[in-house]
Amino acid sequence: MRGARHATWIAGAAAVALAATACGGGGGSDGGDGSGVLSSSWGDPQNPLEPANTNEVQGGKVLDMVFRGLKRYDAKTGEAKDMLAEKIETSDSQNFTVTVEDGWTFSNGEKVTARSFVDAWNYGASLKNNQKNAYFFAYIDGYDEVHPESGKQSADTMSGLKVTGERTFTIRLDQKFSTFPDTLGYAAFAPLPRAFFDDHDAWLKKPVGNGPYTVESYTKGSQMSLRKWDDYPGDDKAENGGVDLKVYTDNNTAYTDLMAGNLDLVDDVPASQLKNAKSDLGDRYINTPAGIIQTLAFPFYDDDWNKDGGEKVRKGLSMAIDRDQITDTIFQKTRTPATDWTSPVLGDDGGYEKGLCGDACEYDPEQAKKLIEEGGGLPGGQVKISYNADTGSHREWVDAVCNSINNALDNDKACVGSPVGTFADYRNRITQSKMSGPFRAGWQMDYPLIQNFLQPLYYTNASSNDGKWSDKEFDGLVDKANAETDTGKAVQYFQQAEEVLRDEMAAIPLWYQNGSAGYSDRLSDVALNQFSVPVYNEIKVG
Amino acid sequence: MPEPQPPRPPQSEPPGGGRAPEDGAVAATGMGGAMDLATSEGATLEGARGPDGAGPRDRPRSLWSDAWRDLRRNPVFLVSALLILFLVFVSLWPSAIAPGNPLACDLAKAQEGSQPGHPFGFNGQGCDVYTRTVYGARVSVTVGVLATLGVAVLGSVLGGLAGFFGGVWDAILSRITDIFFAIPVVLGGLVLLSVVTSSTIWPVIGFMVLLGWPQISRIARGSVITARQNDYVQAARALGASSPRMLLRHIAPNAVAPVIVVATIALGTYIALEATLSYLGVGLKPPTVSWGIDISSASAYIRQAPHALLWPAGALAVTVLAFIMLGDAVRDALDPKLR
Amino acid sequence: MGRYVIRRLLQMIPVFVGATLLIFLMVNVMGDPVAGLCGDKECDPATAAQLRREFGLDKPVWQQYLTYMGNVFTGDFGTAFNGQKVTELMSTAFPVTIRLTVVAVLFEIVVGIALGVVTGLRRGRPVDTAVLVLTLVVISVPTFVTGLLLQLLLGVQWSWIRPSVSAEAPFGELIVPGLVLASVSLAYVTRLTRTSIAENRRADYVRTAIAKGLPRRRVVTRHLLRNSLIPVVTFIGTDVGALMGGAIVTERIFNIHGVGFQLYQGILRQNTQTVVGFVTVLVLVFLVANLLVDLLYAVLDPRIRYA
Repeated sequence: MRGARHATWIAGAAAVALAATACGGGGGSDGGDGSGVLSSSWGDPQNPLEPANTNEVQGGKVLDMVFRGLKRYDAKTGEAKDMLAEKIETSDSQNFTVTVEDGWTFSNGEKVTARSFVDAWNYGASLKNNQKNAYFFAYIDGYDEVHPESGKQSADTMSGLKVTGERTFTIRLDQKFSTFPDTLGYAAFAPLPRAFFDDHDAWLKKPVGNGPYTVESYTKGSQMSLRKWDDYPGDDKAENGGVDLKVYTDNNTAYTDLMAGNLDLVDDVPASQLKNAKSDLGDRYINTPAGIIQTLAFPFYDDDWNKDGGEKVRKGLSMAIDRDQITDTIFQKTRTPATDWTSPVLGDDGGYEKGLCGDACEYDPEQAKKLIEEGGGLPGGQVKISYNADTGSHREWVDAVCNSINNALDNDKACVGSPVGTFADYRNRITQSKMSGPFRAGWQMDYPLIQNFLQPLYYTNASSNDGKWSDKEFDGLVDKANAETDTGKAVQYFQQAEEVLRDEMAAIPLWYQNGSAGYSDRLSDVALNQFSVPVYNEIKVG
Repeated sequence: MPEPQPPRPPQSEPPGGGRAPEDGAVAATGMGGAMDLATSEGATLEGARGPDGAGPRDRPRSLWSDAWRDLRRNPVFLVSALLILFLVFVSLWPSAIAPGNPLACDLAKAQEGSQPGHPFGFNGQGCDVYTRTVYGARVSVTVGVLATLGVAVLGSVLGGLAGFFGGVWDAILSRITDIFFAIPVVLGGLVLLSVVTSSTIWPVIGFMVLLGWPQISRIARGSVITARQNDYVQAARALGASSPRMLLRHIAPNAVAPVIVVATIALGTYIALEATLSYLGVGLKPPTVSWGIDISSASAYIRQAPHALLWPAGALAVTVLAFIMLGDAVRDALDPKLR
Repeated sequence: MGRYVIRRLLQMIPVFVGATLLIFLMVNVMGDPVAGLCGDKECDPATAAQLRREFGLDKPVWQQYLTYMGNVFTGDFGTAFNGQKVTELMSTAFPVTIRLTVVAVLFEIVVGIALGVVTGLRRGRPVDTAVLVLTLVVISVPTFVTGLLLQLLLGVQWSWIRPSVSAEAPFGELIVPGLVLASVSLAYVTRLTRTSIAENRRADYVRTAIAKGLPRRRVVTRHLLRNSLIPVVTFIGTDVGALMGGAIVTERIFNIHGVGFQLYQGILRQNTQTVVGFVTVLVLVFLVANLLVDLLYAVLDPRIRYA
């Protein structure tokens, strides 16, 4: 029969094609001479790839390869070390003189000068350029004129920035800020070449920077090829020939591709695959602490959550969460139960204090039940933990947290997860103060300072104070710490502020997040920095 | 007051019992093939019945009693009907066969396999898969039944009116139908349901009705047009029957068969659609227990704990299968050409 | 014929406007997209206001819609939030999805029709029952389960295929995703062909042809198949539009950077411009495919004449 024969022929053709594709993959040239190209998982960046406009890891990955700023955070210790800065001097913690090291150029040959920085920062701060990280420049004098709260900007450049020589410029802040130089490692402070301003569209298509890699090609929404810049003047030259960043919608697929040998590096192993990761990858799986803490925030604008005795309910909820079991089972130890509100990557000197939370962060169902009853019970009889369902593996842990609370309180309806479809909608509900129960709050540090873990999150009306918590004592201690020029004393004040946080249980600390990555056997020297971004330039291929 | 000549629908009716292309197999719904299957099988039926009603020769028995006789002897019908009865029973009294609590989960047992007292093992949260699968039937069946009812009522009313009155109303309603048809269903679900926070099943049902009615509407319109041309309707018209009376007494009973067929098959596809929406993160929400939720949360653990995925997915497939088979059997019974 | 086509084209206008307006409103219901652009921080109010102004989000919805449609007619589909032109996204996404759709349609045509003919000619035999049950199973398992299982088995356990599709998405890598995408329609084409063949087999013209003593093969291919395929061809024609828009799930599982991926991404980021732009094109494809199918119908069935 004709039809039937047709069918077998097609089946045969399909089998041939299957066999052919099975052999493909990998890609890039091999060899240990530093010319091998690796492929790595990526997410489509959310904002245009401008330094002051990128506020998430995926875009940050590219910037980290293409740019080098005045400072650079050490991948292991997080210490801010001079990169392009020859020296940054100050006598009063308010006026700084920056000298840019000689010999740096952009990959198009243009010299990196003081102007490269000043122009870039003015661009980043200027309201008309829509840069989402503009607030990083807020400490610089004159920011209010270029970026007013409302209305038109009255200036295009910040008066606090002055070019004083080819390689020197001065910064004047509007207040004392002793650790300001340490924030300069953030991508927003990167220098920009003239090409960025002269032909902006072309630059966006193919960003040009001064880092160890150059962008070879960029296919929107699917792939970016970065290649080693051979004439890179810095001493952190790329040890490989380049990186192909491939966009994945679902990190499960990325992991699957790593298993199948189509991908060399997955820098965010999904929680559901962690259980396999050790057996699949052996020692090609890394799990290193990163400056990320997950917490549950509360809507303090809701009277139900802001009444007297509320702190007992919040403490009770905290004690009803079996952090050890969840981090073991759901996260396979890629999270560490949190015992304070900062991160271990700060180190003891930096302000991390293990166990600061005390009993309130220990699982104790009896005590939890008692505290919640003393505090007047759960508002409305049920807590709904809101989270965004589109990214990350939030659903797994929220369900687990709820089950833990339910089990502790002997009530299978005491807690339910309440997913919100999209991150944008989730953020909308937060900014419009529409949350009616605890909600997921994650914080990835911008720079490794204890200030960054406390002030933006809990200071009255701070930019990430999503729960609108407000406490005079806390605010006072933070102000005191910022004005302090002695780092050790400043840290002490911050820790005192953190104790206020604990007594009020303004947010429930859940766990410190590690960066986890898996890689193929072609790679060696793979490491994640404290921002859980792979240190690409050190990776060896072959 | 008899109208002189029923106005022609905007599309020309092909001669000779065939069906107008726009009413027929061309109704791709964007819901995937199953949805199209329902539409087109209903349409085949409608076309097969032809403009002059059911079987031309022997008509001592009515179409319905004929169909019922057929159905009772059809093993496919019997099997699917029994399955559906069982499902309805389980939906009403899940505790009869599953003593556990579907919301009781112990993380310590996460992903463990089958063991005494827990035949299907545990899922990623340490909940008993058997209990959850049994309890999931209620929501899935409720969503399927209510969505189908909503779609059938809204679709037949709008489609029936368009087909009966014809002219401008038909043109307008048909264009509106096209508009809703042109929106891919999964896409519409993602957009509409992503803003919903209610954890009840109503938003999901409402969405299915909103984007599902055009399917039934087209079928109903086509079969009303066909029925309207029957001799007895023309006779009633000549005798001066009022429009509502004609529509309800004479046309509706004869035009409803294709709608029933399509609706039964569509019921299965709505259940599957609920699961797909959950997979995309916009379906039902906990603490609702549904197969869709369980399948989607287990899909991430497919390598370590396939049992947590396969049991609810199997239950879902069997349910959908039961409804499609039922619809299939009803279609065969109602289609005189296939006798 | 000419008049019919013109009338159909005119009818398309309200449907096109209605469908795009509907999707525009739906995306608007999702709320303010700007809040999602600033990560876990609150956008500073000045930048947020500026962004809203720039994307026209501060205007009433009807005005946004009119501006948008006006731009679309000049070929400007707007810009996504990450600064990429929607037309650029389309030019990378559509070729991929079109390839995927071609693979899916080929499966439907070749496998679906072949199985349908076999079962239609052997009604009631074991092969018929087996295929029928198989089609029912395929229809009742949700696509994402089929996709995930095939990916796990073929891609990971047995390593026959790449578990995901590379950025270039050549035809070879699209075979399994195409099969998954086509599976349900494939089952349907089989059933439709089977019914159609079974019905026509008993038609007078087939009996005549057999009575004339024509060889069986000739009867099947020339007479039976040609007439039976009319509903099948029309179905496949309209399925094209549905496949392109319905690929969200398949493209997500296999990481294909096509239309479904862009739409999914666009919805998650509430990117009105991307979503509405892509849907506009999909609606056009759907309408044109419907028209072509209706015309094809007339070509295949000489009894139908459009006035």
